[in-house]
Amino acid sequence: MREALEGSQAIARAVSLCEPDVVAAYPITPQTHIVENLSKLVADGDLHTEFVSVESEFSAASVALGAAAAGARAYTATASQGVLLMAEVLFNIAGLRLPMVMTVANRAVSAPLSIWNDHADSMAVRDSGWIQLHAASNQEAVDTTIQAFRITQQTELPVMVCMDGFILTHTMEPIDLPSIDEVRAWLPPLEFDRQLDPEDPRSVGMLVTPDFFPEVRHSHHTAMRKSLEVIETTDADFAQAFGRASGGLLTVEGDVTARVGIVAMGSTVGTLQAGMAHYAAEAAGPALLIKLRSYRPFPARALRDAVRGLDTVIVIDRAISPGMGGILGTEVAAVLAGMPDAPKLVNHALGLGGRDIPETIYSDLLAAIRDPDAPAFSVFDADMEKLPPEDR
Amino acid sequence: MSDETRLTELRQKFGRQPAAPDETTGAEPTPREAQPRFRGLESGHRACQGCGEALAARLVMECAGPDVMVANATGCLEVFTTAWPESAWRVPWAHSLFENAAAVASGMEAAMKARGRNTKVLAFGGDGGTYDIGFQALSGMLERYHNVLYVCYDNEAYMNTGIQRSSSTPHAATTTTSPAGRERMGKRHLKKDLLSIIAAHHIPYAASASVAFPQDLQRKVRYAMGIDGPTFLVVHSPCPLGWRHESRLTINVARRAVECGLFPLVELERGSLTNVMPIRDQRPVTDYLQLQGRFAHLFGDDPRAQQKRDHLQALADYNVQVYGLTGAGPDPADTGGAAAVGRSGVAAGRR
Ligand SMILES: Cc1ncc(C[n+]2csc(CCOP(=O)(O)OP(=O)(O)O)c2C)c(N)n1
Ligand code: SF4
Repeated sequence: MREALEGSQAIARAVSLCEPDVVAAYPITPQTHIVENLSKLVADGDLHTEFVSVESEFSAASVALGAAAAGARAYTATASQGVLLMAEVLFNIAGLRLPMVMTVANRAVSAPLSIWNDHADSMAVRDSGWIQLHAASNQEAVDTTIQAFRITQQTELPVMVCMDGFILTHTMEPIDLPSIDEVRAWLPPLEFDRQLDPEDPRSVGMLVTPDFFPEVRHSHHTAMRKSLEVIETTDADFAQAFGRASGGLLTVEGDVTARVGIVAMGSTVGTLQAGMAHYAAEAAGPALLIKLRSYRPFPARALRDAVRGLDTVIVIDRAISPGMGGILGTEVAAVLAGMPDAPKLVNHALGLGGRDIPETIYSDLLAAIRDPDAPAFSVFDADMEKLPPEDR
Repeated sequence: MSDETRLTELRQKFGRQPAAPDETTGAEPTPREAQPRFRGLESGHRACQGCGEALAARLVMECAGPDVMVANATGCLEVFTTAWPESAWRVPWAHSLFENAAAVASGMEAAMKARGRNTKVLAFGGDGGTYDIGFQALSGMLERYHNVLYVCYDNEAYMNTGIQRSSSTPHAATTTTSPAGRERMGKRHLKKDLLSIIAAHHIPYAASASVAFPQDLQRKVRYAMGIDGPTFLVVHSPCPLGWRHESRLTINVARRAVECGLFPLVELERGSLTNVMPIRDQRPVTDYLQLQGRFAHLFGDDPRAQQKRDHLQALADYNVQVYGLTGAGPDPADTGGAAAVGRSGVAAGRR
């Protein structure tokens, strides 16, 4: 049924449809509306779950960890400083290979303090071993949340659903929410073999000596690589059941004759789509838009296939690694390395700390590749006039 | 070695499975094995000889299990009982991090509630994981009223990382981060009165216990297990390595801590003091201090040594006074009476 819903409200409803046993969360802008909406669903008796209102994000993640270990379907949500406060627990959850779902309402990380969107938070825990899926729209965020519960059960890898703070979380859109019966039919009950159970006592989280540690990491990496297929088939299966897909690992759209590709994640994709619709016929020219949905695991092969034959690939980052450059850009460069006739790579950070990305960015990005003096990486929308000369 | 051989060797190695646990020897069970007590924590782990924490955990498990699950903080107990693929635990047991045992336990308890199970959740931490870094998660767990028994094994320092001071380390004790020297006489600060802070959460039950009084300890565990709500037990658990006393003296050292008044055994319900173990004959604190190397500097020529001993005596006397630890004559429940009780009955009267 289609309803006009705010992004956060839609996520709360989607989580509720998946009937988690335990929800633990702590408020932080711009995730707050998700927790508030979930609390209201519980208060109204529309969601029967153990809702644990913890005293910190650190405990939110820890409660979810304990619940998952004890065989519960667990959920949490956070953003920004909350992600960083959780960091130690996030690595732990993934290392224990516990199934759970977390929404990250992507927000910049302090200092300077900013409540607005970029991807520095989820990027900071990129190597924690969680699956990270980025939603480009609220409908995708809703559908990806439901899919995430199935992916996590199948892979025993925790899944982070990333959605841009404010841009998505606080935007009202018509959303198609499935019915609870449809979700029940599609999402099997959680059966977690390694759950803590007095009938079959086992120890989890034991000390592991160097005799076994590399094997643990290797199998985690293998599980992540294998989850590429699960993410793809889950989306396909979802499309069959509900009539719409969320973009598998990545999707490619635009003019197939284009010589330039743009790789982006999250809501930037929507802005670029709109820009392309307006300006592709003008001086800017056509481009292939590559929407990356699965950031971890990184779909290297699919990305190589998507850019094969292009002259230039522009990679948009919404986070930077100071001293290196764009994070996604660096990874795409690694994936293209060694590829015969690899396209030239251009990397820009955009929209850091919530700087608005206008539709005209499409033309600006395409115009910039014609500049022979352009640096390999730039914070594209930084206004040098605002900086003292020595900082430019 | 040829590349080929090396490769075959590596392949074999990568396919290697963890060793299967040893077959049982078929030998007669030892008297301890033949005892009908539930053993949630097995022997054969890697604790030091005379480890008070190992003893305390075994005593707790005996009367808590088997329908329990444990969330264990990082620390000695976690490390000496595991090391993949071996585990000394016979109950479901999870270790996550140093500072989140109470929160992990909260999640386990929420899962049990959501799934309609009655399995009791226990959380274990050392004093570092409880008084210091895990304090916030513990306070949150108590305030949210989770049905969890939290047991703090108090060995008064971070032992697992090599004896560093915690907020539970007693005044004047030396540790590697509160050493004695020309300028300092060990730890400058006081032992945190955690139990009062815990009691201020007005939880149903909070108590202190000691490995020197196992029957009293187990009674407290049983009582806490029967309560549907948050309960807390701090168990004084000597660490021969960190306190620098002989391994065989663990029980003696623990008993003297109680008998001198430095570690009072008390019970608080909903924030009010409801019971104490009276001290039959209060010992001077020096009887306790002199058994341990961590207080050795208090017995040298340094003029400040006497001052520190007096300070510790005053702290003990203060406990005796505020908790009313002076008994009204010999009593089976006082330190003299309780010490005469073994785990199988009154020691003095045993066959
Ligand atoms: C966040 C974090 N900081 C530091 C450590 C290192 N560490 C592991 S155990 C430990 C001390 C444990 O002390 P305590 O809780 O008193 O338990 P004990 O070993 O004495 O039983 C420390 C500092 C850690 N594991 N995690
Ligand atoms: S160091 Fe102390 S607490 Fe740790 S195992 Fe040894 S005796 Fe026990």
